[in-house]
Amino acid sequence: MKNLSIYIHIPFCVRKCLYCDFLSGPACDGEMESYVNLLLREIEKQSIFYGDHRVVSIFLGGGTPSLLPARETERILWQVRNVFSLAEDVEITIECNPGTVTAEKLKNYITYGIDRLSIGLQSTDDGELARIGRIHNYRDFLETYEMARKAGFGNINIDLMAGLPGQGIASYRKTLERVVALSPEHISAYSLILEEGTPLYVNQKSYTFPDEDEDREMYELTGTVLGQAGFHRYEISNYAREGRECRHNKVYWRRGDYVGFGLGASSMIRNVRWKNPDMPSDYAVCLEKPETDGQREAAYSLMRQTAQGIGTKAECAAHIAETETDPAIRMKDEGVWNRAFAEMLRQTGRCGVQSLTVQEQMEEFMFLGLRMMEGVDLGEFRRYFGKSVDEVYGKQIGSFVEQGLLERDDRRIWLTPRGIDVSNTVFAAFLL
Amino acid sequence: MDQSKIRNFCIVAHIDHGKSTLADRIIEQTGLLTSREMQAQILDNMELERERGITIKAQTVRIIYQAKDGNEYIFNLIDTPGHVDFNYEVSRSLAACDGAILVVDAAQGIEAQTLANVYLALDHDLDVFPVINKIDLPSADPERVKNEIEDVIGIEAQDAPLISAKNGIGIGDVLEAIVEKIPAPGGSPDNPLQALIFDSVYDSYKGVIVFCRIKEGRVRKGTKIRMMATGATAEVVEAGYFGAGQFIPCDELTAGMVGYLTASIKNVKDTAVGDTVTDVDNPCAEPLPGYKKVNSMVYCGMYPADGAKYPDLRDALEKLKLNDASLNYEPETSIALGFGFRCGFLGLLHLEIIQERLEREYNLDLVTTAPGVIYRVYKTNGEMIELTNPSNLPDPSEIDYMEEPVVSAEIMVTTEFIGPIMQLCQERRGRYVSTEYIESSRALLKYELPLNEIIYDFFDALKSRSRGYASFDYELKGYEQSKLVKLDILINHDEVDALSFIVHADSAYERGRKMCEKLKDEIPRHLFEIPIQAAVGGKIIARETVKAMRKDVLAKCYGGDITRKKKLLEKQKEGKKRMRQVGNVEIPQSAFMSVLKLDDN
Repeated sequence: MKNLSIYIHIPFCVRKCLYCDFLSGPACDGEMESYVNLLLREIEKQSIFYGDHRVVSIFLGGGTPSLLPARETERILWQVRNVFSLAEDVEITIECNPGTVTAEKLKNYITYGIDRLSIGLQSTDDGELARIGRIHNYRDFLETYEMARKAGFGNINIDLMAGLPGQGIASYRKTLERVVALSPEHISAYSLILEEGTPLYVNQKSYTFPDEDEDREMYELTGTVLGQAGFHRYEISNYAREGRECRHNKVYWRRGDYVGFGLGASSMIRNVRWKNPDMPSDYAVCLEKPETDGQREAAYSLMRQTAQGIGTKAECAAHIAETETDPAIRMKDEGVWNRAFAEMLRQTGRCGVQSLTVQEQMEEFMFLGLRMMEGVDLGEFRRYFGKSVDEVYGKQIGSFVEQGLLERDDRRIWLTPRGIDVSNTVFAAFLL
Repeated sequence: MDQSKIRNFCIVAHIDHGKSTLADRIIEQTGLLTSREMQAQILDNMELERERGITIKAQTVRIIYQAKDGNEYIFNLIDTPGHVDFNYEVSRSLAACDGAILVVDAAQGIEAQTLANVYLALDHDLDVFPVINKIDLPSADPERVKNEIEDVIGIEAQDAPLISAKNGIGIGDVLEAIVEKIPAPGGSPDNPLQALIFDSVYDSYKGVIVFCRIKEGRVRKGTKIRMMATGATAEVVEAGYFGAGQFIPCDELTAGMVGYLTASIKNVKDTAVGDTVTDVDNPCAEPLPGYKKVNSMVYCGMYPADGAKYPDLRDALEKLKLNDASLNYEPETSIALGFGFRCGFLGLLHLEIIQERLEREYNLDLVTTAPGVIYRVYKTNGEMIELTNPSNLPDPSEIDYMEEPVVSAEIMVTTEFIGPIMQLCQERRGRYVSTEYIESSRALLKYELPLNEIIYDFFDALKSRSRGYASFDYELKGYEQSKLVKLDILINHDEVDALSFIVHADSAYERGRKMCEKLKDEIPRHLFEIPIQAAVGGKIIARETVKAMRKDVLAKCYGGDITRKKKLLEKQKEGKKRMRQVGNVEIPQSAFMSVLKLDDN
C-alpha cells in the first residue's frame, strides 16, 4: 500500500488579515454548509483513484478551518474515513485561530480523531497583532491554548512571525520566551512577506518594518531561544520537540503523494501536480463534469491496468513492488499512467496540471529535500532516479560545498547554517 | 508630360507642427485615394515611425491635382525626415524640390527646427510659402505668427493659408497655392542625364530602389547608368513614379520628374544619397553639387544578450545596412560582454531607432554600451587615431593631447527659461555665443557645445528645464582640443571594459561617483561583498559597496503549493541568466546602460 496525505482547504475566515494573499474570505453558516457539501462530493469522487493508498496524515488548513461549525468538520472527516482507508496512527491536524473555538468544539475535535492543533498566534504583542489585522489578542490566544490542553490536545503547534511592522528585537524575544514557556510541541517561525495586492503591501510606506540587521537578529534569536528550550529545527522554518515533527509537512518536502480537496487546493500524485480552481463556480463545475464523462472511466481503467497490473491483487502488489525498486520501470510506468491521469484532470477542469519530467522530479527532490535539516538521502536519489546525485548535480554541489553552503557525507547532503541563510540561492542552482 | 504642369515640393516644419497630417490631407483631397484607403498617416509607413510620430526615411508620393485654372497638375510631394540626426538626408530631399511649404503651428509659432529647416530650404533656393496650421486651437494666434514669420524669416506671410490639417480646413487654398507659388521644374529632356539620388530602399525582389529627381535628360528601361560618386554602374530594369503606397512603373522619366529606378543593384552603399546618376553612353559634364559622404557621429557597442545570438545580430545589422547607408558597424570583443559590434550612427535618435528595430523586427535582446563620440587622439609619436571605443585609448604616456567634436547649437526658448537653459549649457561645458530675441517673449540662444555632452540626455534635460518649451537644433562645428580622461569602472577589483567611457577631466569625479551609486543599485547582492570603484588612470576616485547577501526571507509554503515556490526560484534563476559574469560577479544587462541615466534624479 502506498502512503497518501490529504489536505483539505477551508477558505473561510472572520476577516482577512492585512498581509494575507491566500484564498480565503468571510462567509455565513449557509455558505459553509454548501461548501462542505461540495467537499464531500469531491472526496467521494476522487477516492476511487486511491484504492491502493493508505492515508497517513490529514491537514485541515485555510483560511480558518476552526471557524466551521463542529458538525461540518465532523461531516468532512466522516466522509474521509468512509471512502479512504486510514492508517492506525494517522495524524490529523486542524488550523485554528484564537477566539474561534469553544471548549466544546475542541472536545468534539478530539472525538473526531483530530490529534494535532495548529494555532495561528504570530505574536504576543497586541499592538503588532492589531497592525497586521489579526482578529485576536494575546489573551484570546492564552485562553484558546489552555482550553486545547484541557480538551486533551497533546500535540500543539504555534505559528509565529518575524519582521512585523513595529516589531523590535525586545518584543520578538518576549514573544519567543512566552511561547516557549507554554511548552508547545511544535513551533513554526516565518518571516512576514509583503505579497503584492495585500493592504499591507499597498500601504507599506505608512508602516515601519524592522531593518535588515534587526531582521537578521530576530532570525538568529529564533534559533537560540528555541534551541535552548529543547526544540530542534528539522526544517528551514519549523521547530519541534523530539518525535513531534509535523508528518504532514514532511510529506511535501519528501515528495510523498498528497491530494488536496477544496478551493484552490494543490495535489501531487505519482509525479503529477495539479490545483483545484480558485473560483467557487469553477470548482463546482469541475465536480459536475466527470459524472457524464466517459474519458474518466477510460482513464481510470487504464490507470488500473498500468499501475496495478491486469490480474489479481497479488500480481498487482508484485508489480508495485517492482516499480518501487527499478527506476526504469517506474519511469516507463508513470509515463503511460501520468498521461492518462493528467488528461483526465484537465478534462475535469483542474488547473496547472503538470506531469513532471524526470528532470523536474530531480529538481524538486533537491530543493524540497534540502529544506529539511537532515538534507537529502543520496541512496534514495539513486534508487529513485537510477543515477547518482553527483552525475546530475556534481558541479553545483562541489561549488556549494566549497563555498560552505552545503555539507555532505557518504549518505546525505545538507545545508550548513550559512546555506540556510541563503537557501534560495542554493535551491535556484538545482533547477536544471 | 508637360513640364510646366509639374510641381515638386516638400513640407518643412518643426516636429509636431502637423507636417505629416497636412501631407495626408493633400493626398486625400487630390482624390487619388478614398478615405477608406487612408491609413492614419500614409507617408509614415514604418510601424516605428507611426509610433514615434516622426518620419525616418524620406518618402515621396505622386498625385494628380485638378486645379481651378482647369489644368491637371502633377504634384510630387517629397516627405523629409524631421530630426536633426538626419540633416543631410533632409538637405538632399530639399535639393530634389523646387519649392517648400512651411507649416507653422498657429499657437506655438516658430521653433528652432522650423528655422533650421526653412534656412536649409532657402539655402537650396527653394521658393517657400508659409501655411498656418492648427488655427482651430483655442490658443491659436495666426496674426502674431504671421508677423513672426515675416520678422524672423523674412518671407511674405500675410496671405498664408490658414488651415487645420487635422480637421481638413483650408486644404483647398494650400493646393492652389502650390500651383501658384511653386515654380515648375527647369531642365531639358534633351540634355545628358543628370539625376539626384535623394533616397534609396532595399527590396529583396527588385534590389535597391533608387529615389531620384531628374534634373536633366531622360532615363528608361535599358539605360546604362553610372553613380558618379561611387562609380557603380548598372542597367535600368524599371523606371516609375510613386503611387500612394506603391511603385507604378512607367516608360521613362524625363527632366523635372521625380521617380524611382531599379537596376538589380545589390547594396544601398552603391546608391549614396546625394550622388548623381548619369547615362554611361551620354554622360553629363559634372555631378550635381552638394554630395558628401555621411559620417557617423555617435558610437556604441551592441551585444546580443544571449551570446549565441551573435550570428543573428550580424545578419540583422547586415539587413538594416542594406537600407541605411548611414549605419556603420564592425565586430568587436568585450571581456564583459563577449562578441558584438561597435556601431556608428548619425545621432542618438538614429541609434535608438536601430536598437528598437533590432529588438522588435529581429527579436534580438541587446546590451548596449554607453554611446560616445569620435575622439581624436594625438600620440606623442605624431600619429593620430580616431577613437570610437574607449577601451582602445592608448596608455596616457603615449598621448600628447586629445580633441573632441564640438557643435554649434541653437536653442529657441521663451524668455522666462533663459536662465535655467543657460545654466544647463554651462553645466555641459557650453560656450556662449549670442542671444537673439525673436520677439519680446522668445529668444534664440546660440552655444557651442561638446557633442559628448549632448548625445545622451541633453534633449530631455532641456525639455524638463523649460517645461517642454525649448526646442533645439545643432550642427557639427569641428574638433577642439580638450582635457579628456578615460573613466574606468572596477567591479570586485576587475575592470569592466564595457563600462569605461571618456569624460572631461573636470566632471570625472562627479560622473564616477554617480556611476558607482547607480551600479550599486543595479547589481544584486551576492554571497560576498562587492566593491564598485571608479578610477581614472589607475587612481580610484569613487567607491561604493554592494553588501553581501545575508539571509533570505522565509516564506510559508501553504498547503503544499510547490508550484508557487518553484516559480519564485525559477524567477531567481531566470534573472541570473540575464546577467553577465565578470570575474565571479553577475552584472545585470541593464547596468551597462545605466550610465546613460546619470542625471535622472
